[in-house]
Amino acid sequence: MFLLFTTALLLEKSILVLALFTVTLGVAAYATLAERKVAAAMQDRVGPNRTGPFGLLQPIADGVKFFMKEDFMPNSAERWLYILAPGAFMFVACMTSAVIPWGTELTLFGRPVALQVADLNIGILYILGFTSLGVYGVMVGGWASNNKYSLYSAIRASAQMISYELAMGLALIAVVMLTGTLSLREMAEQQAGLNWNVWYQPLGFLIFFVCALAECNRAPFDMAECETELIGGYHTEYSSMKLGFFLFAEYINMFIACAVIAVVYFGGYNFPGLDPSWLGGLMGLVVMLAKTFFFIFVFMWIRWTLPRFRYDQLMQLGWKTLVPLAMVNMLLTGTFVLVFES
Amino acid sequence: MTLAVFLTLAIASIVFALLMVLTKNPVHSVIFLLLTFFAVAGQYVLLNAQFLAVVHIIVYAGAVMVLFLFVLMLLNLNTEAEPRQTARWKLAAALVSGMLMLTLVGTLRAGAALPIPENTDPHVGLVQNLGKVLFTDFVVPFEMAGILFLAAMVGAVLLAKREIR
Repeated sequence: MFLLFTTALLLEKSILVLALFTVTLGVAAYATLAERKVAAAMQDRVGPNRTGPFGLLQPIADGVKFFMKEDFMPNSAERWLYILAPGAFMFVACMTSAVIPWGTELTLFGRPVALQVADLNIGILYILGFTSLGVYGVMVGGWASNNKYSLYSAIRASAQMISYELAMGLALIAVVMLTGTLSLREMAEQQAGLNWNVWYQPLGFLIFFVCALAECNRAPFDMAECETELIGGYHTEYSSMKLGFFLFAEYINMFIACAVIAVVYFGGYNFPGLDPSWLGGLMGLVVMLAKTFFFIFVFMWIRWTLPRFRYDQLMQLGWKTLVPLAMVNMLLTGTFVLVFES
Repeated sequence: MTLAVFLTLAIASIVFALLMVLTKNPVHSVIFLLLTFFAVAGQYVLLNAQFLAVVHIIVYAGAVMVLFLFVLMLLNLNTEAEPRQTARWKLAAALVSGMLMLTLVGTLRAGAALPIPENTDPHVGLVQNLGKVLFTDFVVPFEMAGILFLAAMVGAVLLAKREIR
Protein backbone atom coordinates (compact mmCIF):
# COMPACT_ATOMS: atom_id res chain seq x y z
CA MET A 1 0.00 0.00 0.00
CA PHE A 2 2.75 2.39 1.00
CA LEU A 3 4.78 1.40 -2.06
CA LEU A 4 1.77 1.95 -4.29
CA PHE A 5 1.25 5.37 -2.75
CA THR A 6 4.88 6.40 -3.28
CA THR A 7 4.83 5.19 -6.88
CA ALA A 8 1.64 7.14 -7.54
CA LEU A 9 3.15 10.23 -5.94
CA LEU A 10 6.35 9.85 -7.93
CA LEU A 11 4.39 9.43 -11.16
CA GLU A 12 2.16 12.41 -10.36
CA LYS A 13 5.12 14.67 -9.58
CA SER A 14 7.02 13.52 -12.67
CA ILE A 15 4.06 14.31 -14.90
CA LEU A 16 3.63 17.66 -13.15
CA VAL A 17 7.33 18.53 -13.58
CA LEU A 18 7.18 17.57 -17.25
CA ALA A 19 4.00 19.59 -17.82
CA LEU A 20 5.37 22.60 -15.98
CA PHE A 21 8.61 22.43 -17.94
CA THR A 22 6.72 22.27 -21.24
CA VAL A 23 4.39 25.11 -20.27
CA THR A 24 7.29 27.27 -19.07
CA LEU A 25 9.21 26.78 -22.30
CA GLY A 26 6.06 27.32 -24.36
CA VAL A 27 5.15 30.52 -22.55
CA ALA A 28 8.72 31.79 -22.83
CA ALA A 29 8.77 31.02 -26.57
CA TYR A 30 5.48 32.78 -27.22
CA ALA A 31 6.51 35.66 -24.96
CA THR A 32 9.19 36.46 -27.54
CA LEU A 33 6.46 36.72 -30.19
CA ALA A 34 4.22 38.71 -27.85
CA GLU A 35 7.10 41.08 -27.15
CA ARG A 36 7.52 41.80 -30.85
CA LYS A 37 3.77 42.17 -31.35
CA VAL A 38 3.44 44.55 -28.39
CA ALA A 39 6.44 46.56 -29.60
CA ALA A 40 4.90 46.72 -33.06
CA ALA A 41 1.54 47.88 -31.73
CA MET A 42 3.20 50.59 -29.64
CA GLN A 43 5.20 51.81 -32.62
CA ASP A 44 2.26 51.58 -35.01
CA ARG A 45 3.73 48.70 -37.01
CA VAL A 46 2.33 45.25 -37.86
CA GLY A 47 5.00 43.02 -36.34
CA PRO A 48 5.94 39.50 -37.46
CA ASN A 49 3.15 38.10 -39.66
CA ARG A 50 4.92 36.05 -42.35
CA THR A 51 5.37 32.68 -40.57
CA GLY A 52 2.00 31.03 -40.15
CA PRO A 53 -1.28 32.82 -39.38
CA PHE A 54 -0.57 36.08 -37.47
CA GLY A 55 3.09 35.02 -37.29
CA LEU A 56 2.21 32.28 -34.81
CA LEU A 57 5.00 29.99 -36.04
CA GLN A 58 7.64 32.69 -35.55
CA PRO A 59 9.04 31.28 -32.23
CA ILE A 60 9.55 27.88 -33.88
CA ALA A 61 11.30 29.49 -36.84
CA ASP A 62 13.49 31.44 -34.40
CA GLY A 63 14.40 28.26 -32.53
CA VAL A 64 15.34 26.47 -35.75
CA LYS A 65 17.39 29.49 -36.80
CA PHE A 66 19.32 29.45 -33.51
CA PHE A 67 20.19 25.78 -33.99
CA MET A 68 21.25 26.26 -37.62
CA LYS A 69 23.63 29.16 -36.93
CA GLU A 70 27.36 28.54 -36.68
CA ASP A 71 28.42 27.86 -33.09
CA PHE A 72 31.45 30.09 -32.82
CA MET A 73 33.75 30.20 -29.82
CA PRO A 74 36.45 32.86 -29.42
CA ASN A 75 40.01 31.49 -29.17
CA SER A 76 40.78 33.35 -25.98
CA ALA A 77 37.62 32.24 -24.13
CA GLU A 78 37.77 30.06 -21.02
CA ARG A 79 36.51 26.94 -22.76
CA TRP A 80 34.56 25.13 -20.02
CA LEU A 81 33.12 28.12 -18.23
CA TYR A 82 32.10 29.62 -21.58
CA ILE A 83 30.11 26.48 -22.37
CA LEU A 84 28.76 26.07 -18.84
CA ALA A 85 27.42 29.60 -18.34
CA PRO A 86 24.34 29.52 -20.61
CA GLY A 87 23.39 26.11 -19.26
CA ALA A 88 23.70 27.29 -15.67
CA PHE A 89 21.60 30.38 -16.42
CA MET A 90 18.88 28.27 -18.04
CA PHE A 91 18.95 25.67 -15.23
CA VAL A 92 18.52 28.26 -12.50
CA ALA A 93 15.68 29.95 -14.42
CA CYS A 94 13.79 26.67 -14.79
CA MET A 95 14.30 25.59 -11.17
CA THR A 96 12.42 28.55 -9.71
CA SER A 97 9.00 27.45 -10.93
CA ALA A 98 8.96 24.38 -8.65
CA VAL A 99 7.37 26.06 -5.62
CA ILE A 100 4.71 28.17 -7.35
CA PRO A 101 1.13 27.00 -6.65
CA TRP A 102 -0.65 27.07 -10.01
CA GLY A 103 -4.07 26.14 -8.70
CA THR A 104 -6.13 24.53 -5.97
CA GLU A 105 -6.07 20.81 -5.30
CA LEU A 106 -7.85 18.82 -7.98
CA THR A 107 -9.25 15.34 -7.40
CA LEU A 108 -7.96 13.06 -10.14
CA PHE A 109 -8.59 9.27 -10.06
CA GLY A 110 -9.84 9.50 -6.49
CA ARG A 111 -6.78 11.17 -5.01
CA PRO A 112 -6.02 14.86 -4.39
CA VAL A 113 -3.48 16.32 -6.79
CA ALA A 114 -1.87 19.63 -5.89
CA LEU A 115 -0.99 21.81 -8.87
CA GLN A 116 2.40 22.54 -7.36
CA VAL A 117 5.61 20.54 -7.70
CA ALA A 118 6.85 21.07 -4.14
CA ASP A 119 5.08 22.78 -1.24
CA LEU A 120 8.19 23.82 0.68
CA ASN A 121 7.46 25.57 3.95
CA ILE A 122 10.10 28.13 2.93
CA GLY A 123 8.85 28.57 -0.63
CA ILE A 124 9.43 32.30 -0.84
CA LEU A 125 13.02 31.96 0.37
CA TYR A 126 13.60 29.21 -2.19
CA ILE A 127 12.59 31.69 -4.89
CA LEU A 128 14.87 34.38 -3.48
CA GLY A 129 17.71 31.85 -3.30
CA PHE A 130 17.42 30.80 -6.91
CA THR A 131 16.98 34.37 -8.15
CA SER A 132 20.20 35.28 -6.41
CA LEU A 133 21.95 32.44 -8.25
CA GLY A 134 20.77 33.75 -11.61
CA VAL A 135 23.57 36.26 -11.68
CA TYR A 136 26.23 33.53 -11.99
CA GLY A 137 25.28 32.65 -15.55
CA VAL A 138 25.67 36.30 -16.54
CA MET A 139 28.89 36.83 -14.58
CA VAL A 140 30.64 33.62 -15.58
CA GLY A 141 29.55 33.99 -19.21
CA GLY A 142 30.72 37.59 -19.34
CA TRP A 143 34.06 36.81 -17.76
CA ALA A 144 34.75 33.61 -19.70
CA SER A 145 34.15 35.37 -23.05
CA ASN A 146 37.36 37.33 -22.43
CA ASN A 147 35.90 40.44 -23.99
CA LYS A 148 36.04 43.82 -22.31
CA TYR A 149 32.43 44.71 -23.11
CA SER A 150 31.23 41.38 -21.76
CA LEU A 151 33.23 41.88 -18.58
CA TYR A 152 31.80 45.37 -18.07
CA SER A 153 28.34 43.95 -18.52
CA ALA A 154 29.00 41.11 -16.07
CA ILE A 155 30.21 43.56 -13.45
CA ARG A 156 27.21 45.82 -13.99
CA ALA A 157 24.79 42.91 -13.83
CA SER A 158 26.21 41.59 -10.58
CA ALA A 159 26.21 44.99 -8.87
CA GLN A 160 22.66 45.63 -10.04
CA MET A 161 21.32 42.25 -8.97
CA ILE A 162 22.86 42.41 -5.50
CA SER A 163 21.50 45.93 -4.97
CA TYR A 164 17.96 45.12 -6.02
CA GLU A 165 17.79 41.76 -4.23
CA LEU A 166 18.11 43.66 -0.98
CA ALA A 167 15.05 45.85 -1.53
CA MET A 168 13.18 42.83 -2.94
CA GLY A 169 13.85 40.80 0.20
CA LEU A 170 12.83 43.69 2.45
CA ALA A 171 9.56 44.14 0.53
CA LEU A 172 8.83 40.44 0.92
CA ILE A 173 9.52 40.51 4.67
CA ALA A 174 6.51 42.83 5.08
CA VAL A 175 4.30 40.26 3.29
CA VAL A 176 5.69 37.50 5.49
CA MET A 177 4.86 39.59 8.59
CA LEU A 178 1.32 40.05 7.33
CA THR A 179 0.62 36.45 6.36
CA GLY A 180 2.76 34.76 9.00
CA THR A 181 4.02 32.13 6.57
CA LEU A 182 6.87 31.53 4.14
CA SER A 183 4.97 28.94 2.13
CA LEU A 184 3.57 30.19 -1.16
CA ARG A 185 0.60 27.80 -0.98
CA GLU A 186 -0.47 29.10 2.42
CA MET A 187 -0.02 32.66 1.16
CA ALA A 188 -2.31 31.92 -1.79
CA GLU A 189 -4.89 30.19 0.43
CA GLN A 190 -5.11 33.22 2.73
CA GLN A 191 -6.07 35.50 -0.16
CA ALA A 192 -9.45 33.94 -0.89
CA GLY A 193 -11.86 35.90 -3.07
CA LEU A 194 -10.65 39.46 -3.44
CA ASN A 195 -8.80 39.55 -0.11
CA TRP A 196 -5.49 40.13 -1.93
CA ASN A 197 -2.26 41.17 -0.29
CA VAL A 198 -1.87 44.12 -2.63
CA TRP A 199 -4.63 46.03 -0.77
CA TYR A 200 -2.58 45.79 2.42
CA GLN A 201 0.83 46.16 0.76
CA PRO A 202 0.54 48.74 -2.05
CA LEU A 203 3.97 50.21 -1.35
CA GLY A 204 5.51 46.77 -0.91
CA PHE A 205 4.05 45.68 -4.24
CA LEU A 206 5.46 48.72 -6.00
CA ILE A 207 8.94 48.09 -4.57
CA PHE A 208 8.74 44.40 -5.43
CA PHE A 209 7.59 45.15 -8.96
CA VAL A 210 10.44 47.57 -9.65
CA CYS A 211 12.94 45.09 -8.20
CA ALA A 212 11.47 42.29 -10.31
CA LEU A 213 12.02 44.40 -13.41
CA ALA A 214 15.63 44.95 -12.38
CA GLU A 215 16.20 41.28 -11.50
CA CYS A 216 14.88 40.19 -14.90
CA ASN A 217 17.25 42.63 -16.61
CA ARG A 218 14.29 44.27 -18.30
CA ALA A 219 14.12 47.84 -19.55
CA PRO A 220 14.39 50.41 -17.99
CA PHE A 221 16.98 48.43 -16.01
CA ASP A 222 18.65 46.46 -18.82
CA MET A 223 22.08 47.87 -18.05
CA ALA A 224 23.68 44.45 -18.50
CA GLU A 225 22.86 44.34 -22.18
CA CYS A 226 22.73 48.02 -22.88
CA GLU A 227 23.41 47.75 -26.62
CA THR A 228 24.23 51.40 -27.18
CA GLU A 229 27.13 51.20 -24.73
CA LEU A 230 28.15 47.55 -24.57
CA ILE A 231 27.42 46.09 -28.05
CA GLY A 232 25.41 43.11 -26.78
CA GLY A 233 26.46 43.00 -23.15
CA TYR A 234 27.50 39.76 -21.51
CA HIS A 235 26.47 37.67 -24.53
CA THR A 236 28.43 39.68 -27.10
CA GLU A 237 30.71 36.70 -27.86
CA TYR A 238 27.96 34.08 -27.84
CA SER A 239 26.32 32.67 -30.94
CA SER A 240 23.93 29.95 -32.00
CA MET A 241 21.87 28.19 -29.32
CA LYS A 242 24.20 29.33 -26.53
CA LEU A 243 23.00 32.86 -27.22
CA GLY A 244 19.50 31.44 -27.58
CA PHE A 245 19.74 29.98 -24.06
CA PHE A 246 20.65 33.34 -22.57
CA LEU A 247 17.82 35.16 -24.34
CA PHE A 248 15.33 32.40 -23.67
CA ALA A 249 16.19 32.11 -19.97
CA GLU A 250 15.45 35.82 -19.59
CA TYR A 251 11.92 35.22 -20.83
CA ILE A 252 11.56 32.29 -18.43
CA ASN A 253 12.72 34.56 -15.62
CA MET A 254 10.10 37.09 -16.61
CA PHE A 255 7.36 34.44 -16.63
CA ILE A 256 8.34 33.20 -13.17
CA ALA A 257 8.69 36.73 -11.77
CA CYS A 258 5.17 37.55 -13.00
CA ALA A 259 3.81 34.32 -11.51
CA VAL A 260 5.40 35.19 -8.16
CA ILE A 261 3.87 38.68 -8.27
CA ALA A 262 0.47 37.12 -9.01
CA VAL A 263 0.75 34.64 -6.12
CA VAL A 264 2.25 36.92 -3.49
CA TYR A 265 0.29 40.11 -4.14
CA PHE A 266 -2.67 39.30 -6.38
CA GLY A 267 -4.19 36.21 -4.82
CA GLY A 268 -2.73 33.62 -7.20
CA TYR A 269 -5.52 31.32 -8.39
CA ASN A 270 -8.15 33.06 -6.20
CA PHE A 271 -11.07 34.94 -7.66
CA PRO A 272 -14.52 35.69 -6.24
CA GLY A 273 -16.65 32.59 -6.72
CA LEU A 274 -13.87 30.01 -6.72
CA ASP A 275 -15.52 26.68 -5.84
CA PRO A 276 -13.60 23.55 -4.85
CA SER A 277 -15.07 21.40 -7.63
CA TRP A 278 -13.12 20.01 -10.57
CA LEU A 279 -14.23 22.78 -12.92
CA GLY A 280 -13.57 25.41 -10.26
CA GLY A 281 -10.03 24.13 -9.85
CA LEU A 282 -9.40 24.44 -13.56
CA MET A 283 -10.88 27.94 -13.53
CA GLY A 284 -8.39 28.79 -10.76
CA LEU A 285 -5.55 27.64 -12.99
CA VAL A 286 -6.87 29.77 -15.85
CA VAL A 287 -7.20 32.81 -13.56
CA MET A 288 -3.65 32.29 -12.26
CA LEU A 289 -2.27 32.17 -15.81
CA ALA A 290 -4.37 35.19 -16.83
CA LYS A 291 -2.92 37.23 -13.97
CA THR A 292 0.60 36.10 -14.91
CA PHE A 293 0.10 37.02 -18.56
CA PHE A 294 -1.27 40.39 -17.59
CA PHE A 295 1.93 41.17 -15.69
CA ILE A 296 4.05 39.90 -18.58
CA PHE A 297 2.17 42.39 -20.73
CA VAL A 298 2.87 45.17 -18.20
CA PHE A 299 6.58 44.25 -18.30
CA MET A 300 6.54 44.63 -22.10
CA TRP A 301 4.48 47.80 -21.95
CA ILE A 302 7.10 49.34 -19.65
CA ARG A 303 9.96 48.19 -21.87
CA TRP A 304 8.56 49.92 -24.94
CA THR A 305 7.52 53.06 -23.05
CA LEU A 306 10.34 54.07 -20.72
CA PRO A 307 13.91 54.95 -21.70
CA ARG A 308 16.84 53.23 -20.01
CA PHE A 309 18.24 54.55 -16.73
CA ARG A 310 21.80 55.79 -16.47
CA TYR A 311 23.93 53.48 -14.33
CA ASP A 312 24.40 55.92 -11.46
CA GLN A 313 20.64 56.66 -11.47
CA LEU A 314 20.02 52.94 -11.21
CA MET A 315 22.20 52.65 -8.12
CA GLN A 316 20.68 55.81 -6.60
CA LEU A 317 17.19 54.43 -7.07
CA GLY A 318 18.13 51.06 -5.62
CA TRP A 319 20.04 52.11 -2.54
CA LYS A 320 18.73 55.56 -1.71
CA THR A 321 15.04 55.20 -2.62
CA LEU A 322 13.90 51.60 -2.67
CA VAL A 323 15.82 50.27 0.35
CA PRO A 324 14.70 53.08 2.72
CA LEU A 325 11.13 52.88 1.36
CA ALA A 326 11.10 49.12 1.92
CA MET A 327 12.29 49.67 5.48
CA VAL A 328 9.54 52.23 6.12
CA ASN A 329 7.05 49.76 4.67
CA MET A 330 8.39 47.08 7.01
CA LEU A 331 8.03 49.35 10.04
CA LEU A 332 4.47 50.37 9.09
CA THR A 333 3.44 46.76 8.49
CA GLY A 334 4.97 45.68 11.78
CA THR A 335 3.07 48.42 13.64
CA PHE A 336 -0.24 47.52 11.98
CA VAL A 337 0.18 43.82 12.63
CA LEU A 338 0.96 44.54 16.27
CA VAL A 339 -1.99 46.92 16.73
CA PHE A 340 -4.60 44.78 14.97
CA GLU A 341 -3.55 41.47 16.44
CA SER A 342 -3.66 42.60 20.08
CA MET B 1 19.09 5.61 0.67
CA THR B 2 19.81 8.44 3.12
CA LEU B 3 23.30 7.07 3.70
CA ALA B 4 23.98 6.96 -0.04
CA VAL B 5 22.87 10.59 -0.45
CA PHE B 6 24.93 11.59 2.57
CA LEU B 7 28.06 9.87 1.27
CA THR B 8 27.64 11.35 -2.22
CA LEU B 9 27.28 14.86 -0.80
CA ALA B 10 30.13 14.37 1.67
CA ILE B 11 32.53 13.10 -0.98
CA ALA B 12 31.43 15.85 -3.36
CA SER B 13 32.03 18.56 -0.77
CA ILE B 14 35.51 17.20 0.06
CA VAL B 15 36.49 16.88 -3.61
CA PHE B 16 35.22 20.37 -4.47
CA ALA B 17 36.93 21.87 -1.42
CA LEU B 18 40.22 20.27 -2.43
CA LEU B 19 39.83 21.45 -6.02
CA MET B 20 39.08 24.94 -4.71
CA VAL B 21 42.39 25.02 -2.85
CA LEU B 22 44.47 23.27 -5.51
CA THR B 23 43.29 25.02 -8.66
CA LYS B 24 45.54 27.82 -9.94
CA ASN B 25 42.90 30.13 -11.37
CA PRO B 26 41.14 32.21 -8.68
CA VAL B 27 37.86 32.36 -10.64
CA HIS B 28 37.80 28.56 -10.87
CA SER B 29 38.45 28.51 -7.11
CA VAL B 30 35.33 30.58 -6.56
CA ILE B 31 33.25 28.24 -8.73
CA PHE B 32 34.50 25.20 -6.81
CA LEU B 33 33.80 26.88 -3.48
CA LEU B 34 30.28 27.56 -4.76
CA LEU B 35 29.83 23.87 -5.54
CA THR B 36 31.12 23.02 -2.03
CA PHE B 37 28.45 25.30 -0.57
CA PHE B 38 25.80 23.47 -2.58
CA ALA B 39 26.98 20.12 -1.26
CA VAL B 40 26.85 21.46 2.31
CA ALA B 41 23.36 22.88 1.71
CA GLY B 42 22.35 19.41 0.56
CA GLN B 43 23.46 18.06 3.93
CA TYR B 44 21.22 20.59 5.67
CA VAL B 45 18.26 19.47 3.59
CA LEU B 46 19.06 15.88 4.56
CA LEU B 47 18.84 16.95 8.23
CA ASN B 48 15.41 18.52 7.49
CA ALA B 49 16.82 21.99 8.13
CA GLN B 50 15.40 23.56 4.98
CA PHE B 51 15.54 27.09 6.30
CA LEU B 52 19.24 26.80 7.11
CA ALA B 53 19.92 25.30 3.67
CA VAL B 54 18.15 28.10 1.81
CA VAL B 55 19.68 30.85 3.92
CA HIS B 56 23.07 29.23 3.40
CA ILE B 57 22.53 29.44 -0.37
CA ILE B 58 21.14 33.01 -0.30
CA VAL B 59 23.90 34.39 1.93
CA TYR B 60 26.99 32.48 0.79
CA ALA B 61 26.24 31.54 -2.81
CA GLY B 62 23.95 34.46 -3.62
CA ALA B 63 25.79 37.33 -1.95
CA VAL B 64 29.26 36.57 -0.57
CA MET B 65 30.56 34.58 -3.53
CA VAL B 66 29.09 37.06 -6.03
CA LEU B 67 31.14 39.77 -4.34
CA PHE B 68 34.25 37.53 -4.41
CA LEU B 69 33.74 36.93 -8.11
CA PHE B 70 33.09 40.64 -8.64
CA VAL B 71 36.41 41.62 -7.07
CA LEU B 72 38.35 38.86 -8.86
CA MET B 73 36.95 39.93 -12.21
CA LEU B 74 37.96 43.52 -11.60
CA LEU B 75 41.50 42.48 -10.61
CA ASN B 76 41.77 39.95 -13.46
CA LEU B 77 44.55 37.99 -11.75
CA ASN B 78 46.83 35.75 -13.78
CA THR B 79 50.08 33.88 -13.29
CA GLU B 80 52.28 36.67 -14.73
CA ALA B 81 50.88 39.29 -12.38
CA GLU B 82 51.21 37.07 -9.33
CA PRO B 83 54.00 38.26 -7.00
CA ARG B 84 56.78 35.72 -6.34
CA GLN B 85 56.67 34.39 -2.79
CA THR B 86 59.92 34.07 -0.88
CA ALA B 87 60.71 30.97 1.17
CA ARG B 88 60.24 32.90 4.41
CA TRP B 89 56.66 33.87 3.51
CA LYS B 90 55.87 30.31 2.51
CA LEU B 91 57.22 29.05 5.84
CA ALA B 92 55.20 31.60 7.79
CA ALA B 93 52.01 30.71 5.88
CA ALA B 94 52.56 27.00 6.46
CA LEU B 95 53.14 27.62 10.16
CA VAL B 96 49.99 29.70 10.62
CA SER B 97 47.71 27.36 8.70
CA GLY B 98 49.30 24.38 10.46
CA MET B 99 48.40 25.89 13.82
CA LEU B 100 44.81 26.49 12.67
CA MET B 101 44.58 22.88 11.54
CA LEU B 102 45.97 21.69 14.87
CA THR B 103 43.27 23.67 16.71
CA LEU B 104 40.52 22.31 14.48
CA VAL B 105 41.68 18.69 14.79
CA GLY B 106 42.02 19.06 18.54
CA THR B 107 38.50 20.50 18.84
CA LEU B 108 37.02 17.78 16.67
CA ARG B 109 38.73 15.05 18.73
CA ALA B 110 37.47 16.52 21.97
CA GLY B 111 34.00 16.84 20.42
CA ALA B 112 33.98 13.22 19.28
CA ALA B 113 34.22 12.07 22.91
CA LEU B 114 30.96 13.87 23.81
CA PRO B 115 27.70 11.92 23.54
CA ILE B 116 25.69 12.62 20.37
CA PRO B 117 22.34 14.18 21.35
CA GLU B 118 19.46 12.01 20.18
CA ASN B 119 17.31 14.06 17.82
CA THR B 120 13.77 12.90 18.51
CA ASP B 121 11.90 15.77 16.88
CA PRO B 122 12.27 15.78 13.08
CA HIS B 123 10.72 19.27 12.90
CA VAL B 124 13.43 20.90 14.99
CA GLY B 125 15.09 22.49 11.95
CA LEU B 126 11.93 24.03 10.50
CA VAL B 127 11.67 27.78 10.44
CA GLN B 128 8.94 28.15 13.12
CA ASN B 129 10.96 26.24 15.72
CA LEU B 130 14.22 27.88 14.75
CA GLY B 131 12.63 31.32 15.13
CA LYS B 132 11.21 30.47 18.55
CA VAL B 133 14.57 29.20 19.79
CA LEU B 134 16.44 32.20 18.39
CA PHE B 135 14.13 34.72 20.02
CA THR B 136 13.80 32.99 23.42
CA ASP B 137 16.73 30.83 24.48
CA PHE B 138 19.40 32.46 22.33
CA VAL B 139 18.13 36.03 22.13
CA VAL B 140 21.25 37.61 23.66
CA PRO B 141 23.82 35.94 21.37
CA PHE B 142 21.47 36.57 18.43
CA GLU B 143 21.25 40.30 19.15
CA MET B 144 24.99 40.44 19.83
CA ALA B 145 25.64 38.99 16.38
CA GLY B 146 23.34 41.67 14.95
CA ILE B 147 25.29 44.43 16.67
CA LEU B 148 28.54 42.92 15.39
CA PHE B 149 27.21 43.09 11.83
CA LEU B 150 26.05 46.67 12.33
CA ALA B 151 29.50 47.64 13.61
CA ALA B 152 31.13 45.98 10.60
CA MET B 153 28.75 47.80 8.25
CA VAL B 154 29.44 51.20 9.85
CA GLY B 155 33.16 50.47 9.60
CA ALA B 156 32.88 49.59 5.92
CA VAL B 157 30.96 52.79 5.17
CA LEU B 158 33.58 54.81 7.04
CA LEU B 159 36.42 53.16 5.11
CA ALA B 160 34.67 53.68 1.79
CA LYS B 161 34.17 57.41 2.42
CA ARG B 162 37.06 59.25 0.76
CA GLU B 163 37.40 62.30 3.01
CA ILE B 164 36.19 62.69 6.57
CA ARG B 165 35.20 66.16 7.50
